[in-house]
Amino acid sequence: MKGIVSLVVKRLALGLITIIVISVLIFVGVEALPGDLAEAILGQEATPETVAAFRKELKLDLPPHVRYFAWLGGFMKGDLGNSLANGRPIAELIGWRFANTIFLAAVAAAISVPIAVILGILAALYRNTLFDKTISMVTLSTISFPEFFVAYILIALLSVQIVLFPSISNINAQMPFWEKIYAIILPCLTLSLVVIAHMMRQTRAAIINILASPFIEMAMLKGLKRMRVIVLHAFPNALSPVINVIALNLAYLVVGVVIVEVVFVYPGLGQLLVDSVSKRDIPVVQASGLIFAATYVSLNLLADVLSIISNPRLRNPR
Amino acid sequence: MNFFKLLRLSPWSARIGMLMVLINVFAAVFAPVICPYAETEVVGDVWLMPNQENWLGTDHLGRDLFTRLVYGARNTIAIAFVTTILSFVVGSILGFFAATLGGWTDLGISRVVDILMAFPTLIFALMVLSVVGTGTTSLIVVIALLDSTRVFRLSRAVAMDITVMEFVEAARLRGERIWWLMRHEILPNALPPLVAEFGLRFCFVFLFIASLSFLGLGIQPPTADWGGMVRENAGAITFGIMTPLFPAGAIAFLTVGVNLIVDWFLHIASGLKD
Repeated sequence: MKGIVSLVVKRLALGLITIIVISVLIFVGVEALPGDLAEAILGQEATPETVAAFRKELKLDLPPHVRYFAWLGGFMKGDLGNSLANGRPIAELIGWRFANTIFLAAVAAAISVPIAVILGILAALYRNTLFDKTISMVTLSTISFPEFFVAYILIALLSVQIVLFPSISNINAQMPFWEKIYAIILPCLTLSLVVIAHMMRQTRAAIINILASPFIEMAMLKGLKRMRVIVLHAFPNALSPVINVIALNLAYLVVGVVIVEVVFVYPGLGQLLVDSVSKRDIPVVQASGLIFAATYVSLNLLADVLSIISNPRLRNPR
Repeated sequence: MNFFKLLRLSPWSARIGMLMVLINVFAAVFAPVICPYAETEVVGDVWLMPNQENWLGTDHLGRDLFTRLVYGARNTIAIAFVTTILSFVVGSILGFFAATLGGWTDLGISRVVDILMAFPTLIFALMVLSVVGTGTTSLIVVIALLDSTRVFRLSRAVAMDITVMEFVEAARLRGERIWWLMRHEILPNALPPLVAEFGLRFCFVFLFIASLSFLGLGIQPPTADWGGMVRENAGAITFGIMTPLFPAGAIAFLTVGVNLIVDWFLHIASGLKD
């Protein structure tokens, strides 16, 4: 038990260091890149006075390490500074959008995880049959498709040909829960299709890997039913890789929402990030980038910790 | 095994993949010959349905969609190809360096790569592009550097296995320089896995550029490119006009083709099991 705790603590510390280094990168990156931020944004014609005022506004006149700690300190307290584009506090811009993004990703995960795991087990069970080959062809193509292709096909089919769901997912805080779900059905389906393909392929590979081990051969030789061997003997042992696969794909979901949000004009953090990049609203880009990166790193961390806990061999390293 | 024998033994899925890629390469190379119009020529009304003059209809500015699609093949594939090459040059040189030198060099480069890989690629690219601005050169450099981290991981792992072989040790004892070791001892032996990886990375880079262009941050108009074409024509779909599906489908077509070939390559590389 002591082994687990120290392993997990070590892994968490490593994750924390990663997030800190990333925050430094995000901050320093802006400095190190060629060109002066103030001149880049204000344009060539800016007078020295406006440039000076702009630098003061962004506190660019202070030394970098002072600004970094001020920025990070503000981040911890929830004060993210103001947007360059419209002067509004960034925390206000980001807060509800981040909640929307998490909502979309969570609903997509709730749909895709059970389907992917069941399909993966079935494909491993009926390996090399027509069923397995069809699934593997379909998933291979879904993986090769860009997300926006899947999204527009779904719009063309389910929103234009048959008018079933809205092609623009506009939601707000006042909407009742089911209305929100109805509004995000198409983006959810898009995300699920892409993630199911990944997760299902990895689940299948993990289970087939286990099926090659001697204890499965033993179970088969005892004359147990195939279903029983897979569900009771193979699956518990494949749990660690499968949990890992799920957590990694959740991390992918959080990042993958960016494109889908743009297609469906969904008011999420990804949409805000893309808008801010084209407006070169650097403070907003920094803040939302850090939130995305921190979420991504934490989910990857969760994958590691869960696989340590669920795998007795990792739990007691020799 | 020579190339033609390999080709004859290839499964039908790989052949379909090769055909799909060849169609794209043909379009990219002979674009000016195939196309009835110039790349940015306005030929008719906006969003015309497919007809005799415009085989696939027209786009949001009344340009011939077929022409744009063929030129798009040229621009999109060329940029993705250059990016992948750059990423392989940077990634494999660093990877070989890390593996042959070992010690602090290896540790240093590996840690930097670990950090970069912990960062979601799309978010990272968006952040860098927000600072350096959008443009084809910055696009190629940013994506190549981000992608070279993946190439680094693979080439380092492959080179690690090679550097412990006797012939490398013999070369070291002969007093060969590090460059000679990398070029003459490691590179030839590391080539097969790197070639298989090239297809995979190309797909990834290609989709990545298409996604960035789709977000309006990649290849800039009026240059024809598939991701950008989807974005420009996205509005048509709500009127029941299928224009954006053609470029999006073209992207899917090429990636499926490359993936089919890569699948076969990986199957060969794994030693023809089952």
